[in-house]
Amino acid sequence: MLSLVTFLPLIGALVLFFGVKDNPQVSRYVALVTTLATFFLSLRLLSGFDTASPVFQYLEEVPWLPAYGITYRMGVDGISLPFVLLTALLMPICILASWQSIQKQVKGYMVAFLALESFVIGVFCALDFILFYILWEAMLIPMFLLIGIWGGKNRVYAAFKFFLYTLAGSVLMLIAILVMGFKGGTFSIPALMGIPFAFDMQVWLFLGLFASFAVKVPMWPVHTWLPDAHVEAPTAGSVILAGILLKMGAYGFLRFSLPILPDASRFFVPFIFALSLVAIIYTALVALMQKDLKKLIAYSSVSHMGFVTIGLFAFNQQGLEGGILQMVNHGVVAGGLFLLVGVVYDRMHTREIARFGGLAHRMPVYAVIFMIFTMSSVGLPGTNSFIGEFLILMGAFLASKGVAVAAATGLVLGAAYMLWMFKKVLFGVVRSDEVAALQDVTLREVVLFVPLLVLVFWIGFYPAPFLNIMHASVEQLLIQANTIKVGTATAAALF
Amino acid sequence: MAVQLPDMNLVLLSPEIFIALLAMVLLLMSAWRGKESRGLMGTLAIGGLLLAGLLLAGHSGSAPATTLGGGFIDDSMARFMKMLLLVATGLPLLMSRDYLTQHDLDSGEYFVLSLFSLVGAMTMVSAGSFLVLYLGLELMSLSIYVLAAYQRDQLRSSEAGLKYFILGSLASGILLYGISLIYGATGTVMIAGVGDFLKAATHISPVLLLGAALVVIGICFKVAAAPFHMWAPDVYEGAPTSVTAFIAIMPKVAAFAAFFRILLEAFALLHAHWGPMLQLLAVASLAAGAFGAIAQSNIKRLLAYSSIGHVGFLLIGLTTGNLLGHQSVLIYLTIYIFMSVGAFCLLLVLNKGGIGDEIQDYAGLAKKRPLLAFLMSMFMFSMAGIPPLAGFIAKLYVLMAAVHAGMIGLAVISVLFSAVGAFYYLRIVKIIYFDQSEEPFAMEVGLSHRVVLAVSAFVVLVGGLFPSRLLAWTQATMQSFP
Repeated sequence: MLSLVTFLPLIGALVLFFGVKDNPQVSRYVALVTTLATFFLSLRLLSGFDTASPVFQYLEEVPWLPAYGITYRMGVDGISLPFVLLTALLMPICILASWQSIQKQVKGYMVAFLALESFVIGVFCALDFILFYILWEAMLIPMFLLIGIWGGKNRVYAAFKFFLYTLAGSVLMLIAILVMGFKGGTFSIPALMGIPFAFDMQVWLFLGLFASFAVKVPMWPVHTWLPDAHVEAPTAGSVILAGILLKMGAYGFLRFSLPILPDASRFFVPFIFALSLVAIIYTALVALMQKDLKKLIAYSSVSHMGFVTIGLFAFNQQGLEGGILQMVNHGVVAGGLFLLVGVVYDRMHTREIARFGGLAHRMPVYAVIFMIFTMSSVGLPGTNSFIGEFLILMGAFLASKGVAVAAATGLVLGAAYMLWMFKKVLFGVVRSDEVAALQDVTLREVVLFVPLLVLVFWIGFYPAPFLNIMHASVEQLLIQANTIKVGTATAAALF
Repeated sequence: MAVQLPDMNLVLLSPEIFIALLAMVLLLMSAWRGKESRGLMGTLAIGGLLLAGLLLAGHSGSAPATTLGGGFIDDSMARFMKMLLLVATGLPLLMSRDYLTQHDLDSGEYFVLSLFSLVGAMTMVSAGSFLVLYLGLELMSLSIYVLAAYQRDQLRSSEAGLKYFILGSLASGILLYGISLIYGATGTVMIAGVGDFLKAATHISPVLLLGAALVVIGICFKVAAAPFHMWAPDVYEGAPTSVTAFIAIMPKVAAFAAFFRILLEAFALLHAHWGPMLQLLAVASLAAGAFGAIAQSNIKRLLAYSSIGHVGFLLIGLTTGNLLGHQSVLIYLTIYIFMSVGAFCLLLVLNKGGIGDEIQDYAGLAKKRPLLAFLMSMFMFSMAGIPPLAGFIAKLYVLMAAVHAGMIGLAVISVLFSAVGAFYYLRIVKIIYFDQSEEPFAMEVGLSHRVVLAVSAFVVLVGGLFPSRLLAWTQATMQSFP
C-alpha cells in the first residue's frame, strides 16, 4: 500500500516518458490523473491509520542488500504521515498551476514532476537509512532539471547553487549514516533509535546530519541557495520547494537527530536556538527590503522555518506539535502565496513589487484570496499559522523565556513586511496600463486555491484532528528525546 | 632416460591461447586479404571474445590452480577480472566499427592490436611471478601505444602515441628496477615466494621497501593515479575516440588485478607501509580529478580527469585492507566499465553526426534527441555518484569499506571531492539540457551502438536499483582471495 502511494507517480512518469508521444495536452492529463490518484490513495492511508498507536504502520520489508542488512523498509507514523498527505495534496495543485504557464517541453516537465513526487514521498516513508539517503539524493535530479530548464532568467546559476549546496551537505550525512550503521550494526531507523552511541560520537554524528538538514531547512547561514532557487524556479517548483522540500530538513531532525542522538541534540539546543533566532530576525529584516515578490516570500520562508526549528528543539509536546503543524501550515500558506505570485506573473511577466499597485480594483476575487493567505502568514487568530506559532512560542517559553521573547519579535517583523507588500501590490490607484488590462482569476485558478483555503480555516478553527494524528508519535518521540542514553560528562573533555 | 615434461596445464591457459591464436589468424588475414575482409575481421574478433568468455566460464568455480611452475595462477579473482577484461575489450570493439570505417582506420591491425593487448592484460591478471607480470604489462602497453597513434595522419594522435610511449617506458623501467630490487632482497621473483619470505623474515630491509614502492609506482602510472597522471589528458584527447574508450577502462582492470596480486599476495604483511602511501595517492588523485576537470572544455580531456578521480576511489577501496574494500574495488571497476563505455559510445554516436569533442557542441541535444540526452545525463549523474544509479552503489561500497576500516577522515575527504566533482558532470547536463543551439543532431544510431548503449544503460540502472547479484558475485570472488 505504502509502496503503491510512493511509486505510483514514478510509474506514471515512466508511462509518460516511454508510452506517450510528445503531446502537451495528453501529458498534462496523465500527470494530473496520476497525482490525483496518489492523493486519493494517500487519503485511504489516513483512513486506515491508527492514531492511537505511536508505532510505524503499513510496514513493508524486503531484503535488498542482505549482506550488510540494508533493507527496503517502509512505514509511516504520526510524524511522517502529515508530510505524505501534504505532498500528495500539493502535487495535483502544482500540476494544475503549470497547466498554462508551462508551454515548452511539457512532457519532460511532467515526467520530472512525477519522479520528484515519488522520491519525496519515499523520503518520508523510508525506514532504512540507506534507502532514505538514496531517495533524498535522487530528488536532486528532477529538481535540478525543473529549475534549470523551466526556470527564469538566472536559472542555471540557481540550479547549480541548489544542487551543489544540497549535495555538499548530503555527502557528510552519508558518512554519518555509514558510521552509525557500522557502530550500531544496522541501518534500520527504528532499531537505531534504541542504540546508545557514545557522547562524543553522537556529537560528530549530529554535526554530520546537521550539515545536510540545515542546508535543506534552510537555517541561517546556509540559506543563501533558497532565494535564488525560489526566484528562478517555475511557480509550481517554488510551491514544491517551499511546501515540501524545506520540510524534509526539519523532518530529518525529527526522525533522526532527536530520537537517535538525543544527548547530542540536547547539547546543541543553544546552538540551534541561536541560529534560528538569527534566521527569524535577520531574514525578516532582509525580507523588508525586497523588491521582488518571490524573493520576499522566500526570505519569509527562512524566517518561518526558524520558528519551526525552535519548536522542534524546545523538547516539549507543545513545541514539537507546533513545529510539525507549522511545517504543514507553512506548506499551505507559502504554497498559496507562490501560486498567487504565479497568477500575476502569468499575466504580467514580472514579479517586481513596484510594477504592481491597485490590483484589488481589477481583480477583486484575487485580492480576497491574497488577503487570506497574507493574514495567515502573519499569524492572525482564526487562521492555521496562529495555532502553529502559538504552540511553538508556548513550547519555547517553557524551554527558555528569552528565546520566546526574541522569537516573538519575528512575528511583528513578519506582519510588517507582509502588510507592506500587501498594500503595495493590491491597494492604491491603478497606475499602469498593464494593471488596468488585468483579468480576474479564472475558474481553474480558483480551484487551485480552494483546498488550501479550506485547510487555512480548518486548522485555524479546529486543529484537533490534525494534532491527533501526530499526538501519540510525538509523545513517544519526546520520551526518546528526553532519555539520557549516555551521560554528558564527557562534554567538557570534547570542547 | 625419462623425459621431464614441463608443468603446463593448457586448460588453464586456454582463453589466452585462443585469443592469441585468433589475433594471429586475423593478422594473416589482414596481410593477405587486405581491405575486403575487414568487416569479417571485426565480426571474428568479437565472436572470438564471446567464445573466450565461454572458455573462461567453462572452468569457473574450480579450485585455484597454478601452472608453468607457479608463474601462471588461475583463481576466482583472475577469472572475474578476465571476464571484465573481455567486456572492456569487446564493447569498445563493438562500438568502434562505424567510427573506424568513417575515419578510414579499419585496417585489420586495429583488431589484432586490441586482441594482443587483451592477451597481455589477461597474462598480467594471472601472473604468479613478477616477470610474467612485467611481460603481460609490456605486451598490453606496447599494443596500446600503437593504438593511440593509430590515426597516423593526425598530428595529435601521433603525439598522443609518442607521449604515452615515452612516459610508459619510463614507468616500465621503474617497475623493472623495483622488481630487481625485490629479487635482490628476497632472492625470488615469485609472488608467492616473496609472501613466504616476508612471513619468515625477522626484519624488513629498506631495499625491499624501495622495490615495493617502485613497483607500486610503476603500476600507478598505468592507472593514471596522481601524481603520475600527467599523460592521461593528452593521450585521451589525441587518441582516436574508440581507442580512448579502450584506454580508459581496459588497462585499469588489469592494473588493479596486478595490485591485488602484488599487494595482497606478496606484500600483505607490509600493509602498514603501502597503505598510507596509496592513501596519499588516492587523495592526490581525487583532488587532481576534481579540480583538473573543472576548466576543461573538451569532453575527452574531461573524462580523463574524471577517470583520475575514479582511480582515487578505487585506491581507497584497495587500501582499506578488509574484504569489503577488496570487494568494493571489483564492484567499482565493473560499474565504471559500463558507465565509461556508455559515455564514450555516446561520443561516438555524436561524432558520427559530425559533432566534435567540444562540450559546447552538445548544446541543445535534449530538444532534438531526448533519449540520447537522457542517456548522457544518466551516465554523468551516475559518474557523479547520485543515487539511484549504479555509480552511487560503487561509491557507497568504497565508503562503507573505508568507514569499516576506521578511515573516516579519508571517507570525508573523498565525499567532499566528489561533491566538487559533481560540478563538472552537472555542467555537461546543463549544456545538454539548458543551452540552446541550432545544431540538427540528425545522425542515425546504428545497431551496434544501440546494443552497447542498451547494455550499459541497463547495467547503470539495474546496478543501482538491484545490485545484490553483483555484490554476491564479488563477495564470492574475493572471499577466497588471496
